[in-house]
Amino acid sequence: MPKTKETLCIRANQLKLLERLCNASGVSGDEGQVRAIVLEQVRPAVDEVKVDALGNVLATKRGTSGGDRRPRVMLAAHMDEVGFMLTNDEGDGIYRFETVGGVDVRQLAGKAVHVGKEHYVGVIGAKPIHLTEKGETESTIPLDTLRIDLGLEGKKAKIGDRATFATPFARIGPSLRAKALDNRLGVATLIELVKNAPPNIDILAAFTVQEENGLRGARVAAFAFDPDLAIVLDATPAYDLPNWDDAQNTQYNTRLGEGPAIYIADSGTLSDPRLIRLVTETAEAQGIPFQIRQPGGGGTDAGAIHRQRAGIPSVSVSVPHRYSHTAVSIARLADWENTLKLVHAALGRITPSILASDR
Amino acid sequence: MTPMKPLIQKLVETPSPSGYESKIREVVRAEITPHVDDIRVDALGNLIARKGKKSAQGLKIMLAAHIDEIGLIVTHVDDNGFASFSPIGGVRPLNCVGGRVRFLNGQAGVIFTEPLDDPSKTPAFEQLYIDLGCSSRKDCPVGVGDVAVFERPFTDMGNRLVSKAMDDRIGAAVLIEALRQLKSTPHELYFVFSVQEEVGVRGATTAAFGIDPDLGLASDVTLTGDTPRRTGRRMEVSLGKGPAIKVRDGGMLADPRVVGWMVKAAEKAGLPYQLEILEGGSTDARAIQLTRAGVPAGCLSIPCRYVHSPSEMVDFRDVENAVRLLVELISKPVKLDE
Repeated sequence: MPKTKETLCIRANQLKLLERLCNASGVSGDEGQVRAIVLEQVRPAVDEVKVDALGNVLATKRGTSGGDRRPRVMLAAHMDEVGFMLTNDEGDGIYRFETVGGVDVRQLAGKAVHVGKEHYVGVIGAKPIHLTEKGETESTIPLDTLRIDLGLEGKKAKIGDRATFATPFARIGPSLRAKALDNRLGVATLIELVKNAPPNIDILAAFTVQEENGLRGARVAAFAFDPDLAIVLDATPAYDLPNWDDAQNTQYNTRLGEGPAIYIADSGTLSDPRLIRLVTETAEAQGIPFQIRQPGGGGTDAGAIHRQRAGIPSVSVSVPHRYSHTAVSIARLADWENTLKLVHAALGRITPSILASDR
Repeated sequence: MTPMKPLIQKLVETPSPSGYESKIREVVRAEITPHVDDIRVDALGNLIARKGKKSAQGLKIMLAAHIDEIGLIVTHVDDNGFASFSPIGGVRPLNCVGGRVRFLNGQAGVIFTEPLDDPSKTPAFEQLYIDLGCSSRKDCPVGVGDVAVFERPFTDMGNRLVSKAMDDRIGAAVLIEALRQLKSTPHELYFVFSVQEEVGVRGATTAAFGIDPDLGLASDVTLTGDTPRRTGRRMEVSLGKGPAIKVRDGGMLADPRVVGWMVKAAEKAGLPYQLEILEGGSTDARAIQLTRAGVPAGCLSIPCRYVHSPSEMVDFRDVENAVRLLVELISKPVKLDE
């Protein structure tokens, strides 16, 4: 295997693509806008592509070396984001809504949202401070008292429509600021990997749906692909700011600026040690920074994939980001680029004997 | 019957938490290789051993005992070399304070929390730490992602045996000993020493899909109702009253035909048994039952006190009778009455 230095990097057109992906609406179960961008990008680059019954995009890019011993590698990135669904039309453009996926209700009052495919602008109204009563500001505003106010545009929205945070994507120096960095970063990375597929493997790319509400797309995608192994690309929280009381922050999950985060264990998956080794040894050989995501808690599509059929060795690699599942998340461009470099280099090092030793 | 106690001791004292079962798998492999027709290890690390070919009256039967145990995984090492951790499987903070652990790389550790702000309250995992006996992160012999199991020696009290990881190394011992004693069978038997049961019966799920059995039987521990200070409803299983035939637990209603088959076999062979209803809990049998288009499944349980503590206690006579019952079940044709 030639020992070439990893050269994939992020340039203006990849940033532009990420911007389109982050600004698109794709709440779990309603991923159409993101799917359209994905299909447009991968169709020219792959041998086959289809959209399955749940809306997953399943794309195959066959390798060119190794004959029929060539490993079949599933790469998964979920297209959906957390958001809201309108549940009751109360007239005058006022709607009750539910959360879709894990959203902290404390994050909602006062936020601007986009509703439906047309991105109608609405607001989750908050009471002005001068009208609040004593004690009212101490507690969380319960979800069932919140409303999305679409103003006069409300007539065009229907119950069942999804809504997302209205944050526009921006690059700010070394950082990326957007909503849905979880997981448009993973989607953008997977698109780039598909366009730069190495010859030694078959890539089975799954752009999955409904990860945020139960890893549902990944479960059926893994059944359909039946791969030899799987690598999942996601975005993971960084709680890395210092504690307000100067106590050591021991629960940071990951840290911005320290590179792609490799999963050893989360609540849904105990990663295959052979694949952990593949990724960490690749990082060391290529001089790519990486971190180990703190074990425990959270989950990725790997939770569904590794349990499918007779078992699929799996590992997840994620881009760290702050303020996950809120209106505004922040990631470092360098962490994204290093994630792309790391996974691309790791793919190039997969041989048929990678699973020869027992787990 | 070959002496089982040394086998049990070897199994329980091998450190192998969920996800990292290679050490115990090799111990089991060495024990069973002379007795089986073929052995393989699947994608998640399950050890799958086939014995017998399916005859006209035979079935494809999957037997499962999980070889993983609960443990801990390091989440952070602070500047002074103390390690924070997360549980692997159903570990209680209550059972951790003052406990000793052994990492897979051989390092020993002590779990504590100081000060004990309120000795009457159980601390949360976030307050506990592992002391590796070092003074700084640089000198610390473990890092983020390293895994450990509880360390307690096997204690033979005569009729009663105590150790960590009776759950489910005792089930594995039952399978191994039954395999040794099995003279013939009309069935195609798959002895599955499964992985990652403690984190959600993951190994059995994929092993069952791959094997696609006609019938499934797990061997795992179950709780008992025979200790002091039980108030309200008491579980009707006791140490020493025989292996338990599982009627239901929190994850499965055992197939009544399988329960009937097990009861009949026990009565015919004159073996003691108990019927088991467990509030809560789950075993590999659930995973087998829900595989593909569904599989009739049940569980042969070993009554066990203090489950998921470092001092799990079983009655050796229950274990021996479980072996006898299992050999009865798998060496004869299966008749499941409707």
